[in-house]
Amino acid sequence: MTKLPKWADVALVPLISLMLAAIVAAIVLVAIGHDPWNALKVMVDGALGSPYGWGYTLYYTTSFIFTGLAVTVAFHASLFNIGGEGQAQLGGLGVALVCLSMPWPHWTLALAAATLGAAAFGAAWAAIPAYLQARRGSHIVITTIMFNYIAAALLVYLLVDVLRPAGQMDPASARFPEGANLPALNEIPGFNLIFEKAVPANVTLFIALFMAWVVWAILWRTRLGYEIRAFGKSETAARYAGINAVRITMIAMLISGGLAGMMSINNVMGEAERLLQNSSEGAGFIGIAVALMGRNHPVGVVLAALLFGFLYQGGAELGLWTSIPIEMRIVVQGLVILFTGALDMMVRMMLGWLFSLSQSAESVGAK
Amino acid sequence: MDYATLLQLLDTTLRFATPLLLACLAGLYSERAGVFDIGLEGKMLMAAMSSGAVAALTGSVWLGLLAAIGGSLLFALVHGVASITFRGNQLISGVALNFIASGITVLVAQSLFGQGGRTPPLTGGARSNPVILPFAEPMRDVPVIGPLYYEVISGHSPLVYLALLMVPVTWWVLYRTRFGLRLRAVGENPAAVDTAGVSVRGLRFAAVMITGVLCGVAGAYMATALQAGFGREMTAGRGYIALAALIFAKWRPWAALYACLLFGFFQALALRPDVVEGVVGVKVPVPALDALPYVLTVLVLAGFVGKAIPPRAGGEPYVKER
Repeated sequence: MTKLPKWADVALVPLISLMLAAIVAAIVLVAIGHDPWNALKVMVDGALGSPYGWGYTLYYTTSFIFTGLAVTVAFHASLFNIGGEGQAQLGGLGVALVCLSMPWPHWTLALAAATLGAAAFGAAWAAIPAYLQARRGSHIVITTIMFNYIAAALLVYLLVDVLRPAGQMDPASARFPEGANLPALNEIPGFNLIFEKAVPANVTLFIALFMAWVVWAILWRTRLGYEIRAFGKSETAARYAGINAVRITMIAMLISGGLAGMMSINNVMGEAERLLQNSSEGAGFIGIAVALMGRNHPVGVVLAALLFGFLYQGGAELGLWTSIPIEMRIVVQGLVILFTGALDMMVRMMLGWLFSLSQSAESVGAK
Repeated sequence: MDYATLLQLLDTTLRFATPLLLACLAGLYSERAGVFDIGLEGKMLMAAMSSGAVAALTGSVWLGLLAAIGGSLLFALVHGVASITFRGNQLISGVALNFIASGITVLVAQSLFGQGGRTPPLTGGARSNPVILPFAEPMRDVPVIGPLYYEVISGHSPLVYLALLMVPVTWWVLYRTRFGLRLRAVGENPAAVDTAGVSVRGLRFAAVMITGVLCGVAGAYMATALQAGFGREMTAGRGYIALAALIFAKWRPWAALYACLLFGFFQALALRPDVVEGVVGVKVPVPALDALPYVLTVLVLAGFVGKAIPPRAGGEPYVKER
């Protein structure tokens, strides 16, 4: 197989995968009797056509940056963390406990504390599967899936029996105190010129972007990141180089779980302002698609998160304005994972063939 | 807890164990051939929707079963192409197919019936109706054994008996046929099978297709026997529990039966908090019972119940030497 040039590997392969996913999605829409062009138009209008739409798109983007980074860090240690969903829900619990613990004087203090709480709870939920993988060799994919279900059950219990205030019907925590409310983009000077209506996107967006930089710095600018990547490339070589496999597995998963948990400052603290059931709404799973699409690089993750933010908000608009069910976005998400993650080789083979064809054409032309 | 309650519990156990068992045996073929399949869940869901829809449209449960197998095979084929032909990551392929199934089942059911992503409730011949085993009626009054036979063993959908029958069949195929020997070999050492002149790809595809068929039956059981119609996300993680049962059973057919019965029992218990309270003596929250199969799975995976060693070549695509 011909080796692809770097630009093709970095940009062309994901773009073609994305196009293939889009084509299959369009075929699905035609098959169930809808017009894909009209659907795309509704999605673009609804998600990108107004500052209001952008406010939602960026809100989802923020969540997906966190969960995408979470999957990315684990991937670099060649660990497949499917537990982002459960870790994000536990992160939400951390946020709720911090926010409800005292009347916060100012949102910056509450944000700092809640961020720590979210990261700690998310990391703790990832720690058990990580330990079982490192010490007992239990497959992390299955244990993290199980922990998603256990997290869901745990939160149902806590919200119904423990955190629910007396006299409230729906299973949710109490509202967070005033001092724990994060400013949305329409409340920040400068941004309020663009966002005139109230939007859910909030200051957490900047934390997400900062964390993308932090993850980049950890992975490519520290000894720990080097060890994580070496371990991911070849466990035996890493062991031979004196890298402690248990330590790296634990640290990579703790960072991963922490990032997934931090997502909750966006949705629980920034938007809902109380803890609801299933607060993460599948964002943990979307992290997988985001990481694959973003080629496991923070810059790619941010761009892919924006793409999925658009898909998510656009999908909601579809549910609102057309008779296409909102589940369409799960199909697209699955297709993107399939084409970028599993059928990657097919795209490469296709491109390799095209490149070798153009090369031989050139050499014929040179004669 | 009295005898009648116990029988009721065991009856529910068998009902709940059936889809787990079918999916678990499905996974057994695939994983024994060296192809990991996280996508049991998605295939079951796809099959459940296909059978629910076709049975509702035609009124025939058997056409529904065929459709279920067809829908599940389609997903198995994609998994095979991704993980065998294009040597893609088998875990990622499975996860992707689960998401696609989760969305597309609702999309199709909604566009066909417009009932919020459900299929219409099935009645009569569109459902997989219980069969009364011979002598169940006359034996009913025999103390102890009679009610056990009548309540627990008799009176299930034919698919339940098919699932139970698949256990010895799978054992026989795996350990007593040439195909089974090769299937096991291809999961342990594909290079050796290749050297012997047998197609690794062919064997693995055959295994993945068998997985598709069995998941199809599991899904059809969910939609036409366990419940009357398809509802969104109705498999509720059963594909993953079946995977856990497979690991618990160390990839062996008879052990798979026992593992699935155990997990089925836990699911049955989750429906009866009153019984649990009566036996344990304290009130156990329902979510804790819901989480029980998953917690047990983690304990099993942690190796506290014996070490499980997967097929050696599992999860690795085979690259033929040239």
